[in-house]
Amino acid sequence: MKPAKFDYERATDVAHAIGLLKGSGGFTKILAGGQSLGPMMNLRLAQPDLLVDIGRIEALKRIEKTHDSLFIGALVRHAMIEDGKAPDTTRGYLRSIAGNIAYRAVRNRGTVGGSVVHADPSGDWPTAMLAAGASARITSANGARSVGLDAFFTGAYSTVVGEDEVLEGLSVPAFSDHARWGYYKICRKPGEFADSIGAVVIDPARSYARVVLGATDGAPILLPALASRVAAGQAVSIADAGAAIDAVHSGFDPFDRQIHATALSRAITKALAA
Amino acid sequence: MSDKGIGARILRKEDHRHLHGRANFTADIAMPNMLNLAFVRSGIAHGRLVRVTKPADAADRVFAFDDLVGVKTLRAVSKLPTYKLADYPCLATGKVKFVGEPIAACLADSRAEAEDLAARVAVEIDPLPPVMDMVASRAPGTAIVHEDWSDNIALTIQIPSDIDEVVRTAPVKVSGEYKMSRHAMVPMEGRAVLAYWDDRQDQLVVYSATQVPHLNRAGISDILDIEQRQVRVIAPDVGGGFGLKALVFPEEIVACWLALRTRRPVRWIEDRVEHLIADANCREHHYRISAYADRTGKILALEGEVTVDAGAYSVYPFTNGLEAAMAIGNLPGPYHVPAYRGKAYTVTTNKPPLAPYRGVARPGVAFAIEQTIDAIARAVGRDPFDVRLENLVPAAAMPYTSVAKKTFDSGDYPEALRRVARMLDLPGLRERQKRREPDGRLIGVGFGCYTEQTAHGTSVFASWGIQLVPGFEQATVRLTPDGGLEVRVGVQSHGQGMETTIAQVASTTLGIDPARVNVVHGDTGLTPFSTGTYASRSIVMAGGATSRACKVLATRLVRIGAHLMQCEAKDVQVKDGKVVGPRASVEFSEIGRVWYMRPDELPPDVDMGGLECTVGYRPDPDYGTFAYASHGAVVAVDPDTGVVEVLDYVICEDCGTMVNPMVVEGQAFGGAVQGIGTALYEESPYDDQGQPLHSTFADYTLPGATEAPMIRIDHMISPSPHTEYGIKGTGEGGNIPTSGLLANAVNDALRSLGAEVHETPITPRRVLEAIARARKAAA
Repeated sequence: MKPAKFDYERATDVAHAIGLLKGSGGFTKILAGGQSLGPMMNLRLAQPDLLVDIGRIEALKRIEKTHDSLFIGALVRHAMIEDGKAPDTTRGYLRSIAGNIAYRAVRNRGTVGGSVVHADPSGDWPTAMLAAGASARITSANGARSVGLDAFFTGAYSTVVGEDEVLEGLSVPAFSDHARWGYYKICRKPGEFADSIGAVVIDPARSYARVVLGATDGAPILLPALASRVAAGQAVSIADAGAAIDAVHSGFDPFDRQIHATALSRAITKALAA
Repeated sequence: MSDKGIGARILRKEDHRHLHGRANFTADIAMPNMLNLAFVRSGIAHGRLVRVTKPADAADRVFAFDDLVGVKTLRAVSKLPTYKLADYPCLATGKVKFVGEPIAACLADSRAEAEDLAARVAVEIDPLPPVMDMVASRAPGTAIVHEDWSDNIALTIQIPSDIDEVVRTAPVKVSGEYKMSRHAMVPMEGRAVLAYWDDRQDQLVVYSATQVPHLNRAGISDILDIEQRQVRVIAPDVGGGFGLKALVFPEEIVACWLALRTRRPVRWIEDRVEHLIADANCREHHYRISAYADRTGKILALEGEVTVDAGAYSVYPFTNGLEAAMAIGNLPGPYHVPAYRGKAYTVTTNKPPLAPYRGVARPGVAFAIEQTIDAIARAVGRDPFDVRLENLVPAAAMPYTSVAKKTFDSGDYPEALRRVARMLDLPGLRERQKRREPDGRLIGVGFGCYTEQTAHGTSVFASWGIQLVPGFEQATVRLTPDGGLEVRVGVQSHGQGMETTIAQVASTTLGIDPARVNVVHGDTGLTPFSTGTYASRSIVMAGGATSRACKVLATRLVRIGAHLMQCEAKDVQVKDGKVVGPRASVEFSEIGRVWYMRPDELPPDVDMGGLECTVGYRPDPDYGTFAYASHGAVVAVDPDTGVVEVLDYVICEDCGTMVNPMVVEGQAFGGAVQGIGTALYEESPYDDQGQPLHSTFADYTLPGATEAPMIRIDHMISPSPHTEYGIKGTGEGGNIPTSGLLANAVNDALRSLGAEVHETPITPRRVLEAIARARKAAA
């Protein structure tokens, strides 16, 4: 299929992009890497009136390391992280995740910001960034704000980013030297959309532990009860993980519950073994 | 003989253009003033089509059924008793019968604009209850797809036989139910057509992604009621067919009709959504099998009931009955089955038409029979390998006529199975299974054996009574003035490598280098008539015809060559691209020069047919030559996720004389990986309202490089006694056994849990559900 007719504007900077978003009367979408929006437009599932292309805004491509965090601009492509173009502040966590997103062709074009703001439940970055404790920097005509990812996703394909706001990037806390992580993705074959994702980050030096379940029917799910257990170094069996899932989500069918429990248990096992 | 002829591992002549992106597919062809076509398709599976409302400003660019003046419906006929016609209208009329059925055709300068137009066409449909379950909808009282029928059964075939005594007395009886799910064929290139009227030639020229250009021409001519001389079908590069492109579909007819009406080039390129929801599907079979055996597992009798979900319409020209006819005729497989009783139903439902796909019904048959063999082995407490080996038709029995009246011409079926077991190290695997895998996964091994009837000809097709009955295949060979060779064949090569293998046949016959041979195919304007490429027939038929034509050409070369050397024809022979006499030799190029440019030097009694001839060929007998193989695989099943990984996959095949072993291996590997798709990944499911659930590749999963194991292959060579050079067909066989043997391997792995899966694709969900059922039953 071919996309329905749309108008196209190329934004020169963030302010210009915000102006285009505010000025448009109809349904407007921001185009970054286009790896999700492109197919959705071709299938006519998305029929925006106006496409605001932010692809040439250099400011959104910056990668910046501070003493306790890494800022990743919204337009940084998965492949840049996969290829080690960003400093490793997460003991290889981000790089490992980037290298296993879809296929290389998608990673060459797809962007971190696009993935997070698209909020596809089966995407890697929403779950991975939430587990890492990242926060989003969002800009509008009224200025910038920072939102932790635990308050960012409002459902499947849904975030707090407003219609005239732009996600500038993500700030990821630096892991300490003794941080451990585990990430386990279940999908039909390498590169396919995930059926389940378990993500675990344990960083005792920062008194930090998060366990996240992704690729569900909604926003990635924090499991604080499991986080406390792994912080204490306790293993979590598939049955334990299943029980923890039941405590926060009762809607999974037996198959989904089983693979979610398995993904969590295996991610935790990897983290504890790291 | 040349060292590049039959049997040589030479690279394909086709590779260069494909690897360099220089191939020319229908979608690569653009014409001046061309219109693009998009269809309005039904969003309802079953309903009364009340009204189609065209946009007022574009009524002359939108066409519905009533506009198609002079266009017949696609009517696939069959002489099989009980067969009911299920005519396929080129645009829906009266009722819509599946989601995706074309309702209106929209023309615009670009495809995007044609889709815009299609979105503005209003369609009103009164929904009716959809018929979705082939087994349930056999019963009376269900909704009926075709209102002039009394039920939904399109065809019933029976092989009656009195097996009651065996049924009563056999010491071992196993029964099972096996289901192959519907899926799409997914060639890399979808269907595609570009049609225009050529005033100079007084012809409708149709570029089409087809396997069967001559049949396509016949179909277009018949349905549009124009003379066949006025239709030329050209299949340019075609990106895979697998049976899909051996058919004529409404979209192609509509494109041709619009080209006639508008007198402008009209192009329709099927997109992937159209392919996945609206194109012909394949494979949906349901089996109930009972096998009766002695205490060692030797089969005494077999009883089978096959149900085929044929979808809404009967495909042209092969019909919706071919699947069931092939299934019931091949159910005993390569095994010695003394007694057999079978019944096959073809059922109509509100889904897209079902069509023959690589392997035609036999992958379903093997899925049922190979699991039955393993069930027998479990029942008698023996290794499935041993029970399988003892039931295979032995080499000493060849030629062997099966209980279903198939005559296997040559081969050693048990030896192929033994070699596969050795390649896998079966005893080592059995030992490994006794130890636990360190990662907690479960290991299983499975085997599958099959025969593939290939190049079955006149007698077989005539018995089905369909429009298409292949007869003598012809090839035209022509020596060019500079000593090269043109071979013209009516089949079509769309991945089979026939531009190379047919050149190799010519090379063996004439001693000419294949590099100096052009194989011209896929164009009704340039090639002799052929029913085309299907039924693993082309290398047997077109290769055989090429050989025969080259032999006739050789006699003419010899005659002229002898004259030029001033010796007797009986003293010369064709060798290494030359005519060689007792004291001298003449290059083909010299003979070409004399015939075309210096006829004054020709012998006075020269054959006036010259250096060009068309010769026909048909194997004798023509009921098909049987290739066969055994495949074996080792899988690991993760009992926590249900994920199945193919750890090892081996093949021992025998397709008689191999023209090019690399091409044979490519067919075997490609077939096996396609079979892995059917077995583990591919499915076109519907909800209970008939809405397709897998409409893009986000939902529809195909095996890719990471799912393809490193397949190991061994060859046996049992030449056919019936064909030129002993060649057998090999195009389809690779995917016949795969689903059956992978089901066996998975169930072998799950045995310690008491779980079994008998339905494709064997997805993680199905595996985990089977494990859950077993746990529940045990509790």
